[in-house]
Amino acid sequence: MVNLSTKIGSLTLANPIMPASGTFSEDLSEVLDLHQLGAHVTKTITAEKRGGNPTPRVCEVRGSMLNSIGIPSKGVQHFIDNTIPFYNAYDVPLVVSISANSADEFARICEQVSVPGVAAIEVNISCPNIEEDGKAFAMRPSTTTAVMEKLRSASDLPLWAKLSPNTGETIEVALAAEEAGADALVVANTLLSMAIDIHTRKPKLGNLMGGLSGPSLKPIALRMAYQCAKSVQIPVIGCGGISTVEDIVEYLIAGATAVQVGTATFINPNIMVTLLGQLETYLETRNIANLSDLVGSVRDEDAADAVVFMETAP
Amino acid sequence: MSLIQRHTAGEVSPANGTTHEVETTVKSNTPVNGEYRLLTLDAPQSVLDCQPGQFFHILCPVTTTEQPYLRRPMSIYGYSAEKGELQFLYKVTGEGTRALATLAKGDRLNVLGPLGVGFTIQDDWQNLLLLARGVGLATLAPLAQEAQRLNRKLVAICSARNADVLMSIDHFKSLGAEVITVTDADGTSDLENLRAIIEGRIADQGVDAMYTCGSNRMLKLLQEIGATHNIPGEIALEQQMACGLGMCQCCVRSFNREGTITQERVCREGPVFGIEEAMAW
Repeated sequence: MVNLSTKIGSLTLANPIMPASGTFSEDLSEVLDLHQLGAHVTKTITAEKRGGNPTPRVCEVRGSMLNSIGIPSKGVQHFIDNTIPFYNAYDVPLVVSISANSADEFARICEQVSVPGVAAIEVNISCPNIEEDGKAFAMRPSTTTAVMEKLRSASDLPLWAKLSPNTGETIEVALAAEEAGADALVVANTLLSMAIDIHTRKPKLGNLMGGLSGPSLKPIALRMAYQCAKSVQIPVIGCGGISTVEDIVEYLIAGATAVQVGTATFINPNIMVTLLGQLETYLETRNIANLSDLVGSVRDEDAADAVVFMETAP
Repeated sequence: MSLIQRHTAGEVSPANGTTHEVETTVKSNTPVNGEYRLLTLDAPQSVLDCQPGQFFHILCPVTTTEQPYLRRPMSIYGYSAEKGELQFLYKVTGEGTRALATLAKGDRLNVLGPLGVGFTIQDDWQNLLLLARGVGLATLAPLAQEAQRLNRKLVAICSARNADVLMSIDHFKSLGAEVITVTDADGTSDLENLRAIIEGRIADQGVDAMYTCGSNRMLKLLQEIGATHNIPGEIALEQQMACGLGMCQCCVRSFNREGTITQERVCREGPVFGIEEAMAW
């Protein structure tokens, strides 16, 4: 029997598989046994009620998808009264994802959701939709520092900073988040993208641009997870394009201590539990007793050109 | 024993709903006319407790030329627990339906469902009227099936471009419905003629409830007639979907609920809504 448990700072998860924010809700319990997951990660909420972006809110690209949902939110009180009690019926750590337009608003909602029943707060400082032209805190080290410091002083709960692939300064942003008190990094959110209908010549998303997710994002998010794991001391949670057990193993080898599965759940709503079984089988058949034995086991020491590649990488 | 020991790779876990992701087998997949095809699946009992108006989320196959990624929502055309059968009527329009059209007898197809909130037939609704155009008839066919089971009278007004694409006429007749057909080619499908037909039914036989789907023009017409004669109605709406379960918030539409405009998910709060709250688009 293998040990699938994993530690994210002070938090121990029964297994490393959890949903990515925005691809999970109470509704999935219709199809999937939510007890099986390593953690529950809620869709990002904002303090105020928000309607979200105009439709169409998603479109399909080759083997992946774009979305510009725009964080519709019923507000923090509705969340505290309804959503937290729903998840507290499960003996699974609850991770609450939050966002806001300013650092002060962000700190306020962080304090508001720091309530019993919440195990950690994922701070979505990377959503490409909420500010004009996809700008987000996690695009620059300075704005990351500014928002993370305010968030840190607003809550004693573990803070998971969700980073953005829409930056040329992955390592600098990761270090800034760590320095400002993040307890873990979630790497990464969606990549700002676009698609146009060639018949109507209209953008395929109502919001013109949106975030790319799905298998085509995986090599990018994996590269970032690797860079972050090499650079920071806090745990890295891999997120981006996972749809097979090989994808999970790849993220773990790159240095992630847990993973989030997102878009794949839209295709196969049972996939997280399926992947969990497959991960257990993978470890068993290779006589790997502990999941942690895989984490960060990438054999990159022989890559003579590694430094060159790191420099040319964003 | 750990929780996960109960699950081997690929096994579906227990959950608390009536929605299931299942593998089905294609029984047949045949053209109905130049544009539409009828797909009949051998489906497990777990997904056959359907309500008229509900839908399935279909994982279309990937072929050498077609690579659909997201599932495609499709309203149920027919379901039978006795026969272990599910049917979908679809028009080949894009990558997903082109891929679906390649399925042959014996092929496997993964479907998720049944999903959403279906039509209601209240106990005191004896005379039902449905109005649909083109493939919209597919969505309303299970309603005719249910009306027959409940011993209600049903008139189906079927509209199409021309007689060639008037589908399901025999199907509706076999379910005991009275069928009125109108076509663009005959010049009988215009709104004023439809209004006259429906007003005539209300005056002669009486109409207790009206049902439609898909078309903006028909929605407005039935809203006007419903308001004038105080007749309730329901409409099945479409919207592009990703998850089909309510998680992704992508399939919202606007509704007028007692003067307040709200956004509701077509997959979860719908796809069937009250005709008075639906908003023309």
